[in-house]
Amino acid sequence: MKKNTWVNLGFQVGALVLALLITTLILVAAGAPPLKAYLSILSGAFGSTRNVVAVLITWSPLLLTTAGVLITFAAGLWNIGMEGQMTLGAIFATGMLRLFEHAALPPALIIILGILAGILGGAIWAALAGALKTFGGVNEIFGGLGLNFVATALTIYLVFGPWKRPGVGSMSGTQPFDQALWLPTLPGTELSIWSLVISVLVIALVYLLLRGTHFGLRLKAVGKNSKAAFLMGVPTWQYSMFAFLLCGAFAGLAGGIQVMGIYHRLLPNISNGYGFLGLLVAMLINYQALWAAPIAFLFAALNTGSVQLQIIYKLDSSFAGVLQDLLVLLVLLGEGARQRFIKKN
Amino acid sequence: MRKNVMTFALLAMALVMVLSACGPTPTPVTQAPATPPPATQPPATQPPAPTATQPPAPAATAAPFVFGMLLVGPHNDQGWSQATYDGGQYVEQKIAGSKMLYLENVYSGSPAYPGQTASQLAAQLVSQGAKLVFFNSDDMKDEALKFAQANPNIYVVGVSDDWTWKDGKNYTVSANQFDVMGRMEYMKMVAGCAAALTTQTGKIGFLGPLINDETRRLAASAFLGAKYCWTNVLKKDAANLTFTVTWIGFWFNIPGVTSDPSQVADNFYNTGYDVVISGIDTTEALVQAEKAKQAGKAVWALAYDYKSNCGVAPDICLGVPYFNWGPAYLSIVKTAVDGSWTQGFQWNAPDWTNINNPDTSAVGFNKGNGLSADNSTKLDAFIAELAGGLNLWKGPLNLQDKSVYLADGAAATDLQIWYLPQLLEGMQGDSVAK
Repeated sequence: MKKNTWVNLGFQVGALVLALLITTLILVAAGAPPLKAYLSILSGAFGSTRNVVAVLITWSPLLLTTAGVLITFAAGLWNIGMEGQMTLGAIFATGMLRLFEHAALPPALIIILGILAGILGGAIWAALAGALKTFGGVNEIFGGLGLNFVATALTIYLVFGPWKRPGVGSMSGTQPFDQALWLPTLPGTELSIWSLVISVLVIALVYLLLRGTHFGLRLKAVGKNSKAAFLMGVPTWQYSMFAFLLCGAFAGLAGGIQVMGIYHRLLPNISNGYGFLGLLVAMLINYQALWAAPIAFLFAALNTGSVQLQIIYKLDSSFAGVLQDLLVLLVLLGEGARQRFIKKN
Repeated sequence: MRKNVMTFALLAMALVMVLSACGPTPTPVTQAPATPPPATQPPATQPPAPTATQPPAPAATAAPFVFGMLLVGPHNDQGWSQATYDGGQYVEQKIAGSKMLYLENVYSGSPAYPGQTASQLAAQLVSQGAKLVFFNSDDMKDEALKFAQANPNIYVVGVSDDWTWKDGKNYTVSANQFDVMGRMEYMKMVAGCAAALTTQTGKIGFLGPLINDETRRLAASAFLGAKYCWTNVLKKDAANLTFTVTWIGFWFNIPGVTSDPSQVADNFYNTGYDVVISGIDTTEALVQAEKAKQAGKAVWALAYDYKSNCGVAPDICLGVPYFNWGPAYLSIVKTAVDGSWTQGFQWNAPDWTNINNPDTSAVGFNKGNGLSADNSTKLDAFIAELAGGLNLWKGPLNLQDKSVYLADGAAATDLQIWYLPQLLEGMQGDSVAK
């Protein structure tokens, strides 16, 4: 192995060990025995078929949002607006289901229409962020954040307004869909095999797109140096817009799956933070699509398994988030330190 | 290079686990008891008679009985969740060897549990040995039923639900489910009376949570109590009493989603309302009243849900109508322990011989320091009238749209009260979301 490889490895492992050590210290400070706490996370995530299913349910939308941001990151864009795009996907999917709920159409067709509507909703919302950047000069971070707020406000309006449950005004959500319009799940579980298959296919598609296609190469060129790419004949703004559209479509798909497969209704918090979590996963894997699936799975397992920490040790449920954030922060810090070290030597 | 990340992540995890094995003395771990699920399915039977007036007898079990609780808010929120948590602790005290597990902040789309529904979280409790799970909010109503139907060997209690009320609109056969609620309507009437006796402007605000059957009937009960004391005790004209309800959209503040209850309370106090009755799970009405008082305003508030809630701002607190879940929870858990469980529904009344008896009364009212001695006496007289059979849910009563709700002399049935379709005539505020 070359010297640089060992250096890289050292910094990465150091960051990971440091993250775990800090987490361990937090556990000790909270009065939880660290080893048992870690084991309880494992048990909470993999201790039973039901728990594994819960991990897979969380994994699926996370994989979709991660796939989306990998595209925009490749184009050099920070699509912070994933939450809003996911929300719009949920709104469009809900709208489609409500539209055809009582129509004489096969439920499967309505579900497919719902999924397509979700994709469309997310893409439209992402296109807005892209247009703000491309034609309005608004940084995509600010544009995305603003659109997130608008999406939330729109959901609240619908949940408390035209789509409210009869006689009810609550953020608990809209009237649940007819059971025939729920995404089919594995018997005895809430896991939709369709959402799982779609998510895996999407991440595989993104991997192939970024690694083995002319499009991917050009997209990366735009991301690395937009000016140079333009001079080389790449239509840069079109590529940026396409990256937004694709990312929004995946986020919208995730939103559609949330309403049709998990909650069976529209909620104000339907995005559940998956957009931001997808950003963390993408940063942790250094934007390499190959690692998206396992690391997203690790995050999903942490989210699911750490519920046990609250049950057993009365630790706050945000513990999983602390560990995830620490991992990302320290890996990024480690990467910065590594680059400085290599420059000096 | 990145191919090594996972490998080393696992190695690092293993390293920390080895290191941490030398850490501090482990605290006891709550382990699941190795008790089998109920051997037989609980049969669907007639609802049992309410047990609120029966003093619970301590029970002992041979094996530990683990029950779980999904709390909509924090277990120490000084509101609804703490009241129901205390009910679980009461069960632990009364049934030897019983053990409560809980998860807090469980509500639809809670960021605490991304992508996990209440029924999935209930499954996590079951994985730690829970044989019975309390779903403690109407926000989990659908999930409670879904979980009960998918897990026939686990007992489910839907707090404030009506799935198992045979006379109710939503009756569903779910043999392993039992729904329970306290008749808070009485204590809201008491709260309304305290507000009416105290207000100097004749303007009472009701800080409402979300809008549904439960919250409509509780707000209406407070109005009925206020109106009665305003007209019958103070002998004032009902036209001079203003009673306004403002809903925030959920049981507590969710920034960016609900209206801010602090702002809503401030709006009341800044627009001439000098008494605010809280209908939400948290304490903003009291906190803001205390601030307003320090700014020189003569204002008061009534707390809700939790017996010690006045402690947040004792001097401006007129009192707190509260839930005392212990006796009801105990009676339900005991049937699960001794095998006599049946599907059922309880809507438990106060023990009128002593509404604050922790062993017998499902709901109670604790007076606050803000209530004057004179008004305290009048309030006692009102409570005595209620205990003696005074029924304020009696016609003539119209709904907010002026349609007849109860004809002159007609008393409301439980169904009419539970499913109150609108606020009552004389109340200001939305009956349904707009």
